[in-house]
Amino acid sequence: MKIHIKNGHLIDPKNGIDVIKDVFIAAGKVVAIGAEPSNFKASRVIDAKGLLVFPGLVDLSVRLREPGFEYKATLESEMKAAVAGGITSLACPPDTDPPLDEPGLVEMLKHRAKSLNQAHVYPIGALTQGLKGERLTEMAELHDAGCVVFGQSDAPFINTRVMMQAMQYAATFGFSVWLRPQDVSLANSGVAHDGEVATRLGLPAIPVCAETIALSTIILMARETGARVHLCRISSAEGVSMIRAAKKDGLTITCDVAVNHIHLSEMDIGFFDSNCHLVPPLRSLSDRDALRIGLMDGTIDAICSDHTPVDEDAKLLPFGESEAGSTGLELLLSLVLKWSLEMKIPLISALAAITTEPAKILGIDVGHLSLGAIADLCIFDPNQYWNVEATVLRSQGKNTPFLGIELQGKVKYTLVNGSIVYEN
Amino acid sequence: MNNNPQLNRDGELQHLLTTEGLPISILLKILDTAESFVGVTERDIKKVPLLRGKSIFNLFFEPSTRTRTTFEIAAKRLSADVVNLDVAASSQSKGETMLDTVNNLSAMHADMFIVRHSQSGAAHLIARHVKPGIHVINAGDGRHAHPTQALLDMFTIRRYKKDFHSLRVAIIGDILHSRVARSQIHALTTLGVPEVRVITPKTLLSNKVERLGVQVYHDMAQGLKDVDVLLMLRLQNERMLGARLPSAEEYFKYYGLTQEKLALASQDAIVLHPGPMNRGVEIDSAVADGKQSVILSQVTFGIAVRMAVMTILMGN
Repeated sequence: MKIHIKNGHLIDPKNGIDVIKDVFIAAGKVVAIGAEPSNFKASRVIDAKGLLVFPGLVDLSVRLREPGFEYKATLESEMKAAVAGGITSLACPPDTDPPLDEPGLVEMLKHRAKSLNQAHVYPIGALTQGLKGERLTEMAELHDAGCVVFGQSDAPFINTRVMMQAMQYAATFGFSVWLRPQDVSLANSGVAHDGEVATRLGLPAIPVCAETIALSTIILMARETGARVHLCRISSAEGVSMIRAAKKDGLTITCDVAVNHIHLSEMDIGFFDSNCHLVPPLRSLSDRDALRIGLMDGTIDAICSDHTPVDEDAKLLPFGESEAGSTGLELLLSLVLKWSLEMKIPLISALAAITTEPAKILGIDVGHLSLGAIADLCIFDPNQYWNVEATVLRSQGKNTPFLGIELQGKVKYTLVNGSIVYEN
Repeated sequence: MNNNPQLNRDGELQHLLTTEGLPISILLKILDTAESFVGVTERDIKKVPLLRGKSIFNLFFEPSTRTRTTFEIAAKRLSADVVNLDVAASSQSKGETMLDTVNNLSAMHADMFIVRHSQSGAAHLIARHVKPGIHVINAGDGRHAHPTQALLDMFTIRRYKKDFHSLRVAIIGDILHSRVARSQIHALTTLGVPEVRVITPKTLLSNKVERLGVQVYHDMAQGLKDVDVLLMLRLQNERMLGARLPSAEEYFKYYGLTQEKLALASQDAIVLHPGPMNRGVEIDSAVADGKQSVILSQVTFGIAVRMAVMTILMGN
């Protein structure tokens, strides 16, 4: 299929393009930018006048909930939600049931995802068997089966030696290790940031040092082992400073933040809003501001949706008993736009955090619209407003702190491999 | 979600979930109404027909005999029908969710739920989901709030000390886990007490508690100086099992209220305790039974205060 996208405002962070230009697609690739190639006979012309055209988003954390948690969400529902949010590549954490610790499971997931013909799915392999933090997985085999990187999701390492060996083994093959810094005994059974709000509401709290102490362990170990480390879901100002310093010292680490955390703080919990029960916890306003600054100065490389669909019943419980997480696929782009408008960041820089940068972290050749690139792209109307309501979300998860809020920006088309997979 | 869920659009009390954010006018109305009920509780026939025909469900997801009993007595003195449900032992163990239990009872035409739960925010969740016209009283949710306890403490303080505006009040003990302390702090600051102190070891303190308007002390001698009201907190036995405190003996030595320590406060200071007391842990028997103790008055006033809250919620 040959597609001609005309009159659109093309934004390609990797190539520094930010002008009105036509895009020509054939055989699943970008074949021309600007002038129409000779003998190009478009079978579909999309008029993108007044719209933005940019690379499809790359989301570093999307829980598809398969296998094992189909009552929360299914591959079908979540893959539809992803492309409706302009996301064309996504990494899914291994915390399924069973966890992604065997090649067969990974092959099955890849196969199921591929047959749906929507976004590209990149499974994150479990670093340890059953995510128990005890024995290493067959990382090389898992890699052959389709895992691009390895992680523990939110499961802790109880034994620091196992953690170090997991990093060494991954480094042997050059695999990157994804870790969310959290000291399990300091976090204990906490459900909210250790600050004013948890004190007021009487909620068990997670101190900032649960993050920073684990972070310093990881940073020291990355140095020691030479493993490529990606830090997931940073939440505190102090954490941002430590990563900034480590990067300045020449350590090659990368870092992401969940989109909720650059907008919200502990205050948003209000009177026990369980939609604000997130992992890591929403911290203070000054932490949120530090995350925003960390993104602007490049300390934090990428923004992810941290999509975690939760069934409704699991949120209709007292805050501490409710299940943590929020749906995010269909909100990511609007929330990144909101952040860029609030911080007066050019959209091209903001988009880098959800296209080029996460693609680099995953080590995949997507997230840009160079000549010959895979034609994964998103056509977006930045001026359309929409209300976040359960009925408009395609994801099976309706749980988000932004429920009932009006957001700006709507995806009009999403293309994967040069085919239109979403049209609105 | 951020507006005060216990008030209706006209600012009237619909539920009593926490003392936080309650206007002083409502606090005073409860205290004043309770005054009129103290007389009732002292009469031979201790009953008024204010809530005749109303159904009140005591919904206790966490075991408690004392609090439940005082609510039951209060409701019966108002002529309401009271049903006690020990939910911890019944439907919850069969897997029914809290809101399902509440919906089922609502279908039996309940007028009011009195809720106790081990999780902070449980009463808020129920209040948000009950039909209009059904009222919820929080009888203690996790570490969060225990508003009727704080109100009866305020009532007791007012009885003995008259003016809130000239008082120095100290709350002593396990602030971190105490729903009573949180409710007391909000009530005291709203009623205009100029100085509220908390005295506790650092392991039993909640982070940023000074943002609630209190001053933090770790030393009893300093903290009790010139204090007019001592609000003792119960130290739960299970706190001794963790690593927050080394022993009950050491706690008693440094934070237990003895006559010697009480002598450091104002001469006419009064001592309150929400009960049940751990004698020899947070309070010495000589103080608990001494002339500055008003602990038994608290129990008596507790009935009147709960009658007042129920009556006001039901619109009388």
